[in-house]
This record gives sequence, structure tokens and C-alpha cells, in this order.
Amino acid sequence: MWEHFSHPADIGIRGVADTLEDAFAQTAYALSAVICDPQTVEPLEAVEIRCESLDVELLLADWLNSLIYEMDVRKMLFSRFDVSITGLQLTGEAWGERIDPNRHKITVGVKAATYMELKVARNEKGLWTAQCVVDV
Amino acid sequence: MNRKLVKQRSEYKWLIEKAGRMNVEGILYASEPLIEGMDDKVAEQVRNVASLPGIVAASYAMPDAHWGYGFCIGGVAAFDPSQDGVISAGGVGFDIACGVRTLHTGLKASRIEHLRTQIADKLFRHVPAGVGSTGKLKLNQQRLDEVLEGGAVWAVEQGFGTKEDMRFIESGGRITGADPSCVSYEAKKRQEEEMGTLGSGNHYLEVQKVVEIYDEPAAKAFGIELDDIEISIHCGSRGLGHQIGTDFLKQMTVAAKEAGLELPERELACAPLHSAVGKRYLGAMRSGINCALANRQILTHLVREAMADILPQANVRLLYDVSHNTCQEEEHEIGGKRRKLFVHRKGATRAFGPGRADLPVEYRPFGQPVLIGGTMGTSSYILVGTERGEKLSLSSSCHGAGRQMSRTAATKKWNGKDVARKLEQQGVFIRSSSMRGLAEEAPGAYKDVSEVVEVSHQLGLATRVAKLVPLICVKG
Repeated sequence: MWEHFSHPADIGIRGVADTLEDAFAQTAYALSAVICDPQTVEPLEAVEIRCESLDVELLLADWLNSLIYEMDVRKMLFSRFDVSITGLQLTGEAWGERIDPNRHKITVGVKAATYMELKVARNEKGLWTAQCVVDV
Repeated sequence: MNRKLVKQRSEYKWLIEKAGRMNVEGILYASEPLIEGMDDKVAEQVRNVASLPGIVAASYAMPDAHWGYGFCIGGVAAFDPSQDGVISAGGVGFDIACGVRTLHTGLKASRIEHLRTQIADKLFRHVPAGVGSTGKLKLNQQRLDEVLEGGAVWAVEQGFGTKEDMRFIESGGRITGADPSCVSYEAKKRQEEEMGTLGSGNHYLEVQKVVEIYDEPAAKAFGIELDDIEISIHCGSRGLGHQIGTDFLKQMTVAAKEAGLELPERELACAPLHSAVGKRYLGAMRSGINCALANRQILTHLVREAMADILPQANVRLLYDVSHNTCQEEEHEIGGKRRKLFVHRKGATRAFGPGRADLPVEYRPFGQPVLIGGTMGTSSYILVGTERGEKLSLSSSCHGAGRQMSRTAATKKWNGKDVARKLEQQGVFIRSSSMRGLAEEAPGAYKDVSEVVEVSHQLGLATRVAKLVPLICVKG
């Protein structure tokens, strides 16, 4: 499950799932949904992502910022994500396609995933939540 | 904002007294309704910034302040390097040197009345805007280093404008001390195709009409008369600046953790100005400033080309260019002494008073033009810096309307097509690649820019010179 949450100037993104990996993948989907409707993005091409961080929250920010970087330099949009996390190392794949202005109705670009409202936590029912505010 | 968080000192001045870990007091400049509408988080962030090492004078919030990252948007804070002062990537923001450039056209409103659709279409076609758009220039890493060192001066050397333009840009169009070797491969990679692009979000290119003059002598010095057509560009350092912000936020967070520096929130990550990370950030951030100045210079060239195509008699000249997300080395008088300080302005505009050497000679007796962007449906203002502003806010003023509604709430409330239609009925021609983006940027999502400017004017942070209304707005 993913959702956006309100923030005065920007947009909060949140992923909730049974595993940490899926929560990261859902947050990435929420990131894509800030930019456009991910359902209009065909998962035609995979981009590999690797990151490593000091703690699991910074790892989330790194994962999202890596996606923002790849979208920016490849002029791509993503709609499917596979994540694997070992310790504080992440390897993942983002699937998507090049921006096609005729098919993709873009809302806004994302400058960065920020550390504001940056949280990765597991609740008493075992569900993982991964979230932060993105600067648009 | 909860009134218990601040103490009212005068009609427009609110204080957060020094307490706990604060090194200086917090000062918020706002009217009663603006304070009313501010988030409690603004007070918290002003307090947090006041607790950073080496801060001098006060931790300030401008009238358009709202909840930001570490620093509030509209935050101003100066640090003394000789007192272990710090520099903060969050205190500058992800869009390094985002700013406003206003251009004269030499045209009166009546001259473009029947050409508005044509001009709007031409500008929209000619100026790359929106997500995924690329500029005509493709620069490799080596050539980008030249941009990062040369700023707008580099752009003029490539044929984008004239030397005369440089006189009307902050720091003469090129800030010294930029060090491209401090900028990551990734940051440069993001910029390879983005020189001369407007971006998205709240960035815009606007054709405006001068509808009111408040200060005749200053307006005359700035070259503005009633009914003049001006063109304003609001954008920043694009992907390069965003990546520098991302890279150094992380590096400063790691450095702070290793140095045992306790931060109230991660976004306040900072490093001593004398430290290796601090110096590297300064070199990179200044490269970002030059990138933004070069970008706005190339956009100016595109505007000139577009206008020449439709109205060859247009004479597009710079009024001024000033950034509102920066950290600049400046001299200020603190406690009767001139001191070299590093002034962070996050969503705040430098507003030098009369006499400063950085100003063009014809503006120097009056002060610096302070360019305040409005929203698509409201006014923009040109203010002038004052002598009083030096003491009140380290020569700083507001930067725009400031949001009052979240983007998610705005898209629930408005529909982009309706926003565009209503604005067109009001006489504002909108061109945008994103209808949803228009809803997010609906004028109602912002504070009343006139109220924000009124506070700046009444206090004397920067005073009103002219009011402009939008006729055409191009958005990404």
C-alpha cells in the first residue's frame, strides 16, 4: 500500500508493507505517483540501483534519491520496483520507460527526497512503514 | 501559530527569547494574520537554527515564512567563521540559487495587447519547460566545469547576451570561490542537458505589466514606468543544484554524527566553515550559484530570440537578477563592528541598502532591487533595499507569496483546466505542460503576496517601488 500525505510546501510519500523491502518498493511507487500516474508507465526497461547507508532511514533516502537521479539523467519514469536489503546495503531494480509527453501526463518534477518526516518503522502488527517528504 | 510560542514586540515583530540551547534570539517579521497562518513548526525551526554554533545577531523568519527543511523557508541566519560558525546544506536548500531575474522590454502594454496569444505560444515553444525537457546545449563534464566557474559571464562568452547584462546581476554574474572539483560526477551528469531549461513546480516565465509606482525616484533609477512590459524568470540551478544539495546533506549528516554534534533534526545537518566538508560544500554551492546564473542568462537569450521574432523593436535589458536560496559571504555591522559573515538565506532575498559596491552604479544611491514573485493570478512586486534593513534582518527580505496550502490539498480543491480558464478570464494567458501542476500552483494555494510585501514595507526590510500584474505565464 502507498499514499501521499500533506505537507505545507511539498508532498509526503509513504509505503506500507509486510516486509521492509516491499515498504521501500511501495514508497518508490508513491514517488512515481508524485510525478505522474504510474499506471501509464510501461515497465519496459530495468535500471539497477545499489546503495549503502549509515542507518535504515538514510538508506530509504538514498534509494529514493538514486531513483530521482536515474529518472533525471535517463529522462525515464518508473512503475515497478524490486528491492533486496541485506544489513544496510540495498540492491534494487526500477522498471520503466522513457518519458513520452503524449502518453505521460506529468504533474511536477521531484528535486530530492528530503530527511523531513523521514521514518522507517515496524508497528506492533509487524507492518513496515517507510516515508519522507520530497521537495518538488 | 500558537501564540504562546512567540512574544509580540511591535505590530510586525515577534520574538522567541533566548532559552535552552539557543545562542541568539529568534525574530519573526509578520503581521497578525500572517503569524496566525504560520505553522508552529516555523517557530521550532527558528529556535533550532538559533542553537547552531557560531550564529550571530539572530535567527530570522521573513513574513512569507513557512515550514521548511531544517531552516524554515523564509529563514535568514548568519555565521561567523572565526567563532566556529557553520554552513548548512539545508540552510540553502535543494534548489541552490533559485531566484528571480526581471527584464525590461522597452514596450508599453498597448503594444502587445493584440499579440498576447502569439507571444504566449512563442515563449512556450521556445523556452524548454517541464519534466524531461532538455536544452539545446549538451555539455560534457569538462565544459560544465567552465559553466560552474564562469556563471553568467561564461554564458555571455558563448554568445548568450552582452557584457552589459553582467552589471545587473548579483556578484556581477559570477561568484568567486566556486570549485567544480567539489561537485560530484552525478551532479554534473544531471546538468548535461539541462542548461537553458526552466524546470517545473513553482518555476515560471512571466510577462508582466507595471500597474503601480510607489517610489518614483527608485523606479526611475531602475528604469520602470507605468504600463511598461517586464518579463520575469523564476528558476534555479536545475538538476546540478538538486544533486549538490542531496550529496552534501548526506555528507554533513555523516560528519555531524562522527563529530558527535547533536542535531534537533537531520535536515539541520551542517559543518564548521573551516572543516573539510564545510569548505567542499562552499566550493560546490558556489558552483551551483554560477550554474543558476548561467541558466537564467541562457533563458534570457531565449526570451530575446522569441521577442525579436514577434516584436523586433523590443529591447530586452536586465533590470536585475537576485537569488533567494544561497549562503553568501558578506560584511555586516554587528555590535558596532564590521564582520565577515556567511549569511544563509533560504527562501529570502538579499536586500542591500544604498551605497553597497555590489550594486550597479545607477542603483547605488537607492539600494538593491528586491524581486518578489507572486502567483499566476496575483501581483509581483519590485522593492528596494534600505539602510534600516541592515540592522533589522542583515539586509534581507521576503522572496514571494509563500504557500499556505499543501499540493495534495490544492489538487483536491482545484482542477488545472478550470484554473487556466479562470485566469484567462482575468486576462492572464497560461501556457503549461501540466494541468495537474497548474492545480498545485493555483493562486489560492499561496498566501496573499500583498500582505507579505506590506510587512516588509512597513518595517523597512525593503520598501515598495512598483507593482506588476501577470499577462502571460509559462510554467513547466
